[in-house]
Amino acid sequence: MSTTVISHDAAHHGSHDHHHETFLTKYIFSQDHKMIAKQFLITGIIMAVFAMILSILFRIQLAWPDEEFPILEVFLGKWAEGGRIRPDFFLSLVTIHGTMMVFFVLTAGLSGTFSNLLIPYQLGARDMASPLMNMLSYWFFFVACVIMIASFFIESGPASAGWTIYPPLSAVPKAIAGSGLGMTLWLISMTLFIASQVLGGVNYISTVLNLRTKGMDLWKMPLTIWAFFLTAIVGLLSFPVLVSAVVLLFFDRSVGTSFYLSDLVVQGTILPNEGGSPILFQHLFWFLGHPEVYIVVMPALGLTSEVISTNSRKPIFGYHAMVYSLVGITVLSFIVWGHHMFVTGMSPFLGGVFMITTLIIAVPSAVKAFNYIATLWRGNIRFTPAMMFAIGMVSFFVSGGLTGLYLGNAALDINLHDTYFVVAHFHLVMGSASIFGMLCGVYHWYPKMFGRMMDERLGYFHFWLTFIGAYLVFFPMHFMGIDGVPRRYYAFTEFPFMEKWVSVNLLITWAAIVSAIGQVAFLWNFFSSIWCGKRAPQNPWNSNTLEWTTPVEHIHGNWPGEIPTVYRWPYDYSKPGNDADFIPQSTPLSQTMSSNLLHDWDGNEAGIEAQKAYNREHNREEEG
Amino acid sequence: MELQIAMDKEELYNEELLKSRKAKKFNLWLGMIGMFMMFAALTSGFIVYTASGVDKGIKTILPHVFIYSTAVIVLSSLTMYLAFKAVKAGQISKQKTYLLITIVLGIVFFWLQVEAWSVLFNRGITFVNSNASQSFIYIFTGLHLAHIIAGILVLVRCYLGALKNIPIDNNVFRMDLASIFWHFLGLLWIYIYVFLLLNQ
Repeated sequence: MSTTVISHDAAHHGSHDHHHETFLTKYIFSQDHKMIAKQFLITGIIMAVFAMILSILFRIQLAWPDEEFPILEVFLGKWAEGGRIRPDFFLSLVTIHGTMMVFFVLTAGLSGTFSNLLIPYQLGARDMASPLMNMLSYWFFFVACVIMIASFFIESGPASAGWTIYPPLSAVPKAIAGSGLGMTLWLISMTLFIASQVLGGVNYISTVLNLRTKGMDLWKMPLTIWAFFLTAIVGLLSFPVLVSAVVLLFFDRSVGTSFYLSDLVVQGTILPNEGGSPILFQHLFWFLGHPEVYIVVMPALGLTSEVISTNSRKPIFGYHAMVYSLVGITVLSFIVWGHHMFVTGMSPFLGGVFMITTLIIAVPSAVKAFNYIATLWRGNIRFTPAMMFAIGMVSFFVSGGLTGLYLGNAALDINLHDTYFVVAHFHLVMGSASIFGMLCGVYHWYPKMFGRMMDERLGYFHFWLTFIGAYLVFFPMHFMGIDGVPRRYYAFTEFPFMEKWVSVNLLITWAAIVSAIGQVAFLWNFFSSIWCGKRAPQNPWNSNTLEWTTPVEHIHGNWPGEIPTVYRWPYDYSKPGNDADFIPQSTPLSQTMSSNLLHDWDGNEAGIEAQKAYNREHNREEEG
Repeated sequence: MELQIAMDKEELYNEELLKSRKAKKFNLWLGMIGMFMMFAALTSGFIVYTASGVDKGIKTILPHVFIYSTAVIVLSSLTMYLAFKAVKAGQISKQKTYLLITIVLGIVFFWLQVEAWSVLFNRGITFVNSNASQSFIYIFTGLHLAHIIAGILVLVRCYLGALKNIPIDNNVFRMDLASIFWHFLGLLWIYIYVFLLLNQ
């Protein structure tokens, strides 16, 4: 490396920060971003399995509404008396499935894992801006998970007003069993979760803006970092708004205020609350709720950008356009929340405004989708499991995104609202796309996390089962939605017009069960490879970004010597004139004279002159 | 040569320390943005709610105690500024005095706010209220007081640091962060107060 200044060895670094590393400080209350990333990932995976089991349970009810499964009673007791899931427990299942998947898996599990892992690694930082806050972020998240799961072990059961917890249902403890203690636990859990996300997000933003290594200007950052950075900004601006909504809901439930409640008769009793507006909650909730879907999908977009470029052995197509699209999505995400509320009696004029802002999001989203395809175009594609999942992500993002155009349109949404069409839309564009982005990240950065490789064949098996399974589960739901089948209904047998859909439900449930079994392959692959996987080389994918310049064995401070300096963007793949098909970001331009373009020197006059001289000497055509 | 390397290492360490402090200070700014968003959401909620009917709104004159509490928190910002100035000049005993005054003023502010609640309560404006615009007054002031408690804890930590004679640069850094946060809490209160005044 040309910039050997002073060796700043890890031991020296460590002597200031880590005097005695014990089991407790290394594995439990760790302040090291790499360990915290693994903690987030493994907790996220456990929550995903839990939430997936919940979904299988309610899918069983939907497929066989009249049959009894005595084994369910063995495990669920009174909630599946006689072997059939009770209606109120069914509502809890969909509620907690949604909450866990959206918040615990796709927000904390995804951002928490990869922002923690990659921000310091790819930017060339020793750790996060505040390792202590980072540790707190994980532990708040962990406690939030424990409380949410604990709500299954109380007599009245977990919250059941839907993951959007709309009042008045959620605000009146006596309304249904799930609005009692279960709802209180939900609120406590989510408050802790928000604290976790804000602590984490503040750290991500600050690290990106303050701790980049020498040469790493914003336009040399990998798209992963751009995505995490903008996601954290969205989170920082929107999660506190949910706190406000939750605080008011808490007082309505527990103290008797009337922020959201008015004119209610519950089980024959007139409630004293007057003058409140449940629509107020919807405004506050969706001011977070809509940006939340971008919090879920943007990190997945960042991860796939990196994986697709690396495995196409081509620069990402339209790097700047990709960044500006993310910025566009970030800004627009805050002015579209009303499209969740078209049927609340909103003024059609206001509905029209929200419709326009919503439909505009199609533009940056389409830019990203086309850029992915253009990156793949004529690439020297390596179909690693990570790449398969990345391509799968793009597929879901497109097929789920298209129905966003339907739902964003108020005239259509008024018909489709609260039907299975909505369920199909967001499970494809946000659920499946983000899960695939996350899995693509796990397969790609597993060697960096654990120093081992995952088994490829199991990876392909996992991919195909999940990919086909997810389409079989969610695609038929569009047709049910168009037919007017409402979401969250317990049994379709009570309504003659829905009976014809029972057979489709059977198909969906079998597809869900098979793809759930497919996840066992992943779990086995993930956990067994930690100990038994092939040892990973330092840079298994011949990638350009800085994390692959760190040793395989994790050390505190990431780099044993000085932090590498960055000289180029992260997408110099298959650059004409260079022998290898990748040039790491830490390779100085002076070492790649045969492939440099004049504009690579970025206005460095001496460099440009040297390059011109080299080009003349070697009869290279001058470009750029 | 060895001495040179040791000095260089120290310099590099200091450079990284400065960088990390800068990042931590930035964290505080971001955190304050998050806190402000929460209050912005609440004030927006207030506007949406109040617009929903003519019977909504504060419908009372805000207690005069709020004027005193505003004066107290502004004064506490001033003493905090003086404490920070003192520590930068290395005058630890002066720093401790001003810090103590700031803490006391913080507690007085807390007490005055609770006093304002009792004024409202005596007028029949309760938290549990069918006109939730009035409940919002308690929400705004209550959540602000929750932040004041955090602020006072931060000040106490600074005071204890000064008592224990922690290294001067740590002391200055702590005070730097604490004073930014304390001034922010003052500004936040002024935002809330002006908002309520405009809506009374």
